[in-house]
Order: sequence, then C-alpha cells, then structure tokens
Amino acid sequence: MSGGALRSGPLKPVGELLKYSRKYSLWMFQWGLACCAIEMGAALAGPRYDVMRLGVIPFPASPRQADLIVISGTVTDKMAPAIRRLYEQMPDPKYVISMGSCANCGGPYWDSYSVTKGVDQIIPVDVYIPGCPPRPEAFVQGIVMLQERIQREDPAERWQGKHWEPIVVGGGEVPA
Amino acid sequence: MPKFEVDPAVHRGLADARLNVEIDNGDMILNLGPQHPATHGTLRLVVRLDGERVVASDVVIGYMHRGYEKLTEYRTYPQITTLINRIDWLSSFANEVPFVHAAEQLMGIEAPPRAEYIRTALTELSRIATFLLFLGEMGLQVGAITPAFYGFRDREYVLNAIESATGGRFHPNFNRIGGLKDDLPWGWIAETRESMRKVLKSCDEFEDLVVSNPIFQKRTRGIGIIPAELGASYGVSGSNLRASGVDWDLRRDGKPYLVYNDLDWKVWTHSDGDSFARYWVRLQETRESARMVLQLLDVMPSGPVMTKVPKIIKVPEGEVWVNTENPLGEMGYYVISKGATGPFRVKIRTASLSNVSIAPWLLRGVYLPDIITVLASLYFILGDIDK
Repeated sequence: MSGGALRSGPLKPVGELLKYSRKYSLWMFQWGLACCAIEMGAALAGPRYDVMRLGVIPFPASPRQADLIVISGTVTDKMAPAIRRLYEQMPDPKYVISMGSCANCGGPYWDSYSVTKGVDQIIPVDVYIPGCPPRPEAFVQGIVMLQERIQREDPAERWQGKHWEPIVVGGGEVPA
Repeated sequence: MPKFEVDPAVHRGLADARLNVEIDNGDMILNLGPQHPATHGTLRLVVRLDGERVVASDVVIGYMHRGYEKLTEYRTYPQITTLINRIDWLSSFANEVPFVHAAEQLMGIEAPPRAEYIRTALTELSRIATFLLFLGEMGLQVGAITPAFYGFRDREYVLNAIESATGGRFHPNFNRIGGLKDDLPWGWIAETRESMRKVLKSCDEFEDLVVSNPIFQKRTRGIGIIPAELGASYGVSGSNLRASGVDWDLRRDGKPYLVYNDLDWKVWTHSDGDSFARYWVRLQETRESARMVLQLLDVMPSGPVMTKVPKIIKVPEGEVWVNTENPLGEMGYYVISKGATGPFRVKIRTASLSNVSIAPWLLRGVYLPDIITVLASLYFILGDIDK
C-alpha cells in the first residue's frame, strides 16, 4: 500500500480507520525473562489490571503472528542471539517494549560479566518502561502510550524505516 | 469369532504403515525453550522422544546467569541485600533473611525481638505469595486457565500487605543488618489479618477447584514420582522432598532462626511423591503459613526494630554458613569476610538448582504433555537456578 493516498485526499479516513484497528488488535509476543515477567503476568492475568481489555492479546503461537514483543527481564549474552533471531521473524510493522531496568540498561547488573547492558543493543526499542520491576500499572501505561503512537504515526514511513523517538513511560508526553 | 473382524487388506495397510514408520524411525529430538511459556522463564530442555514417550532429556541452564557470586565481591553488605532480592524473585524477602543473619552472626549482633517477629511474618507472607502463584500456574499447566486468575487475584492481597509494610511489591529490600528499615505502618496488623482470612478462603477454593478435580488428578497422580532416598541424594529440598514423605523442614529441624520455635505449627508431608503430592503439600503449607502469620500478628511484641550499628558497616574476619527454609527449598549463604565493607567471597546455595537436577531422571519414560506438569510441579525459578 502506498502511504501517499492514505495520508491526504479522499482516502484519509480509511487510513485513520486502519490505524484505529491496528491499535486495538495488538498481538503480543511475551518474552518473559525475569522478575518483570511476573509483573507482566500480573498485568495480563490479574483481574485487577487486565491488559486484554485494551485489545492486547498475549497468545500468538509464534513470533510470526505477533505485532508487538515485550522483553521483560534480564537479557544475558547467552539469550541475546535468540532474541535477535525471533525479532527478525516478526512481520513488519513491529513494535518492541523494553520492560524493566535490566532490559533498558542492565539495571542492578550493570557491572556483571554475563548480562547484556540493554536490549536496545540488539533490537530497536519503541517503549522503555523504567522500574525494577515496574508495577503492572506502568506496563498498562506503556501499552496505552504505544497505542497513541500507532494512532499518530504514518504506516508508510514506518515501513520505510523512519526512526522514531522512543517513548519513555513517566517521561512526559508521547514524542511526535 | 469376534464381532469386529477387520478386513485383511486393512491389516496389510497397517503393517505397511508401521514398516514405513520404522524405516525412518530415528528418535525425534525436540527442543523446548529457551523461551517457552511452560518453563517459567528461560529453561531449555532437549528431549529425545520415541513416539510420545521421553527416552532421554537434557536440561540446558545458564540463560539467566547474572554472575551473582562475582558481583557480591564488588558490593558492600547493604548493597548486596538489594541484589539478592532478585535471586528467587518470587520470595524476595525470604532471600534477604539468611544473608542478613550471616552478617549479623559475624558481627556478633542480634536484631531486636520485634524485628525478628516482623521478619518472620514477612517471610511467611512471601511464602504465601510464592505458593499462590504456584497453585494458580499449576492449573494452567494441566490446561485449566481459570485457577491462574484466582491465583493472581489472591496474590494481590498478600502483595498489598508486603507493599504497605516495606514499600516494595516485589523486592522489598527491607532488611538492614541489625534490624529493619522501618516499623510497621499504622493499621497494618488489622489489614493483614483480613487478607490472611482471604488467603485461607482461597485455599479452600483451590481445594474445591483443582485438588478435587478428576481431570487434574488424572494428569498428576502417579506421574513424576520422586523416591525419598533418590531425591535426598540429588539434593532436592523443601516441599518437593516433603511430598516424598521426608519429614524435614529447616524451620523446625535446622539451626533455630527467626521465631518459628515460639509458634504452633505443623510440617506437612505426603507419602506419594508424585506431582499431585507436591501440589497438595504446597497447598497445605500455604494454609499453615497463613495461620502462622495470624499467630504472629497476635503476639507481636513492642519495642525498637533496629539495634545500634555503626554508620559504615565493616564485618570482622570470619566465615559463616547460614541456611534457611525458603519457599522453594533450602537456601544458604557461605560468607567469607576479610574485615572489609564487603565480603571476600559468598557461596550461594539455591534450592532450584538441586530441585531441577533431578529432572532428567524424572522425565525418563513420561509422556510428552507430562513434561510440562512434572516441571511445573517441581516449581523452580530460573533466577534461582542460574544465579
């Protein structure tokens, strides 16, 4: 699909509808690694938080059916190649949420010999959720901010590989 | 003559099919993980299958290795409690206690009685939080999704109690060498008493919903049996060993720690040693822990929660081994101090590493779907395995 016709002109409402649909049907591939995975589980399965009401479905059978990958937990050097490989298997457009200090920058293991200091060294990250571990509310906030970004962005530019300013939960508005 | 006689041509066809199977009948190698929802994290299993049966399995660990024992050499004692929260991330508070006790024993100080009581209550609360997650997840692994929701719902009550006392839902980092950071907040005891009643009620729910469910019993009874002596020789500890009929609990039988001797409680065992027994024992222990917390709330003494300690903590030279009964089993720290602000060397004994080391033996001969239930009933945490 060429983005030009959707961006302006008579087809613009169709593009808006497309983005609206995409935003509320995110298939999420969970990459639960450490403590954050339990908080992610609480956000998904816990009746108090219930992320599925936002249209996030955490049951794709493989990364090939997923729109969104959540890296939650400590990424080690042994794990990093597997993350890269499964990320490459996801179809475009794809989004990455890095949950927790370990996935963001190494966290409490900043000087460890076996921990990758930040998952952004191996895959591009769209949303950073700080915290050790972040509360489930922060995870919900990250999802909501990502949906705002999807509503606002131009899919054509995304597919052409435009660089977007990453979102930081708790760091103010969603950057344009 | 049997009524349902089959046409000989069908038999030939079946034989042909069997022959074809046998021609290329190399045992199938199946790779589970390192990222698989049933492995509670990043455990990788390489399984050799003959049809549906497991011939052999290999457990590949190390995907969560963060180098704890090396990191402790670069941290001071108060910084290490932050770190060791995250070894077994479900029962963070219980991880802190043995380490803080080790440092206190080396320094020759003791926490005030009120601090010890609060420590015991919070340890048992983290045990309940750990086991409630297990009670729900185990239902998930046999194919029932509802218990997981119940588990997560009831766990929130306990996490709220931990959070209002310590400020952290997950990683409290509340222990200080010589006591606790703070006293309990006002109204905590009444609130916790209420949540313990909810926990006891939810244990009854799990009894009805899961334990007495015939499908659950079919999937777990007689599967993954750990013989008592073999389990002990593999170093299996905690509820896994008690489910094999070994009446051994470090809270009662080990070197006395915290205030367990002042409480009226019981060690639960089960004679079967299968997946069902492990579930049943954990369910009873959740109840017992809730009753222990209720007792503790009644007899909580007053007084300070912190002894006098120097501003910069230097631990005198010496060696000490402290082991405690964590939710997953025996956890211990061997601390060697050379008189500096941080330890010279810390050896960490974690329960899950020993518990999972029996898995290749245990999985031999089980059906493929039972791998998941057996692993889930062993209940390990990957951070606890890999350190």
